[in-house]
Amino acid sequence: MGYLLAYGWAGIIAFCVLMYVVLDGFTLGAGMMMGFLDSKERDIAMSVLLPTWDGNQTWLVLGMASLYGAFPPAFSILLPLLYLPLMLMVLCLLLRGVVFEFRLKSTAGRNRWDFIFTLMCIIVTLIQGSILANMIEGFDGHGFRVDGFTVLVSLVVLVGYGLLGSTRLVLKTTKQLQLKMYRVTFILSLILLPALLAVSLASLFVHPDIAGFWLNRDYWGMLFIFPLVSLTSFFLLFLSIHRHWELMPYWAVVLIFICCYGGFGLDVFPYIIPHRLTILDAAAAKSTLQFIMVGAVIMLPVLLIYTGYAYYIFKGKVHDAIHY
Amino acid sequence: MNLSAELLARIQFAFTISFHILFPSFSIGLATFLAIMEGAWLKTKNPLYLSICKFWMKIFALTFGMGVVSGIVMEFQLGTNWSGFTKAVGPVLGALFTYEVLTAFFIEAGFLGVMIFGWERVGPKLHYFSTLLVFFGVTLSAFWILSANSWMQTPSGALFIKGHFLVTSWWHVIFNPSVMTRYIHMLLAAYVTTVLVIMSISAFYLLKNRHLQFSRKCLSFATSVLFILIFAQIMVGDDAGVIDHEYQPIKTAAIEANWDTQKGAPLILFAYPDQQESKNLWVVSIPHLASLINTHQWNGVLQGLTSVPKSDQPFVPVVFYSFRVMVGLGFLIFGLSIWALILRWKKDLYRHQLFLKTCVLFGPAGFIALIAGWFTAETGRQPWVVYNILRTSDAASNILMKNVIISLVLIFIVYGIIFGFFYFLYFVKIIRQGPQNVEHIKMPFGYLQV
Repeated sequence: MGYLLAYGWAGIIAFCVLMYVVLDGFTLGAGMMMGFLDSKERDIAMSVLLPTWDGNQTWLVLGMASLYGAFPPAFSILLPLLYLPLMLMVLCLLLRGVVFEFRLKSTAGRNRWDFIFTLMCIIVTLIQGSILANMIEGFDGHGFRVDGFTVLVSLVVLVGYGLLGSTRLVLKTTKQLQLKMYRVTFILSLILLPALLAVSLASLFVHPDIAGFWLNRDYWGMLFIFPLVSLTSFFLLFLSIHRHWELMPYWAVVLIFICCYGGFGLDVFPYIIPHRLTILDAAAAKSTLQFIMVGAVIMLPVLLIYTGYAYYIFKGKVHDAIHY
Repeated sequence: MNLSAELLARIQFAFTISFHILFPSFSIGLATFLAIMEGAWLKTKNPLYLSICKFWMKIFALTFGMGVVSGIVMEFQLGTNWSGFTKAVGPVLGALFTYEVLTAFFIEAGFLGVMIFGWERVGPKLHYFSTLLVFFGVTLSAFWILSANSWMQTPSGALFIKGHFLVTSWWHVIFNPSVMTRYIHMLLAAYVTTVLVIMSISAFYLLKNRHLQFSRKCLSFATSVLFILIFAQIMVGDDAGVIDHEYQPIKTAAIEANWDTQKGAPLILFAYPDQQESKNLWVVSIPHLASLINTHQWNGVLQGLTSVPKSDQPFVPVVFYSFRVMVGLGFLIFGLSIWALILRWKKDLYRHQLFLKTCVLFGPAGFIALIAGWFTAETGRQPWVVYNILRTSDAASNILMKNVIISLVLIFIVYGIIFGFFYFLYFVKIIRQGPQNVEHIKMPFGYLQV
């Protein structure tokens, strides 16, 4: 029972972070895409993001709150370890968030706000990538650091979020803007495929445990799923770009993300802070885990339903900029 | 005091939380106001109510976003700068925050988009349902947050074993001795603050002879509820004081600058508390009243600050003065509400120039009282972060001073520019634009169904 609760919560937190990556990922990505767009197109892109950006970001809030409640030692050790990156990230998220409101009210300053928006999206993405890299490398004997692997992973996450953004815009826009986004998606996909291969290979070298796991032939019977699904996803991605399908590109990219995320989970397991603290060692007492599990089991399906419903309310193409 | 990473972390926390509290409070009040106004519109079909909704919703949207992003800073900051705290109380407060996000914050964040952008996308009933959900979300959020903070003040339902808390009763954790009073005190504070802003802007328009229909309706509503709200607030505040005294007598001592344990302690209206010498200079006081207010007994015993060692005493001047600012403003607001009622009775509410100007001046009064009250509560809580159990100084993270300096400076700059300047810029812009004419209610949106 103790195991179940602890791993259950690790799974829930992992799910929250995945939801955040896929949803805020497209928000950040679309923000980056705005760097390629003219003023009218930027208004449209913003209109795609405005109704749902707050809910998207909330998955991160939930993930962190759950980490705090279910794994307090991990929360209290990991966050100071990532002090400057996290502080910078929350300030950039703050700046990004306020732009959503400010630019609607601004007349002369809109270009300036859009620039800040795109810049903040890029910085947040790079920071999240660097945190991912450090989680893969682990914190054996050292804290957060920026090395070649960190830079590689950060850039790949940049491309990945960019793809989430561009494919989301393909789904929600029309005419010239949509065509532009198809082109960007194509180029980014061409970059992502070898980039992901590079990261997968590089990660084998950053920690012996990772190589030990992935190169173990006993596991290949299961592990082949990863290359299979990701290559299929890339195939679907290129096919759907070529055929100008609207829904498939975004979901193909999401599938790639899920694949990578699963791989990352296997890199990290059974640690919550690699390689310092395991999930089991960091878990709060049963009285806490049970209490919040009740809430999670009841509320998570509800949350998913009304998140889906909110997206449903705003389905369809964006033709003109929205305001209020 | 030595400049240390811990002191900088305290300053950083105080700075960020002071900004943060302003926005959700205003959001709570506005969400409630909007729920009432939109309900009135649905019921009466009077387009004036729709005009009121659409105007105040702009202010609400602007404000809500500020609250969200400043809140994320708080969530991360607890982990980054106060790891001793989060490690110890995670099993208790981490759980409460998890519930807060699951049951309240997600609702607000999720349906805010529908509330603001969904006017033409969903029918009026469904839209109103979203507004109600946002109102429900912010109100419930406040409960969880106040429950967590109240647990820090009056901990219960958990044992402190081997450096962290183990919950024995969730009921007692959540419904700890001070939560209900403080929760209601906070809600009323949010409502009073918002009502004062509504009065201020309405009065401004009336003075400028603009948007007369709109302003009269808003001012009428605001002044009719203000008296009830501020009266209730004073009553609840009194209750909070009694509870403070019961569970946090040293905080009460600091509030009253009561150095020595005594019966029938005087109410010190004004003084200069000298922490070093444990006495007050230049005292202006009324005998017996401090005991009366805090214990509801003429000769009640008030524990003195000197009954505990200096290391267990909060910094009295801050607690003492901030409390007086809050209560002073509270009584001034009460006076304003009575004046409003009298003018209303005399049918002079919308034209009395001095009254209108006073309303404009009192716009920020709620915010000042809010901050002052929270300063009282939190600096009065010192040196404890969990009262009588865990000290704030034991709760700080071990961060390099240079890193805290970097984050602190960045925060000062970003908050100063964004909240200190741009928020006001766009707030004023919305006011200058004013509400739409009642005849011209129409809001174009670009979404088309596919």
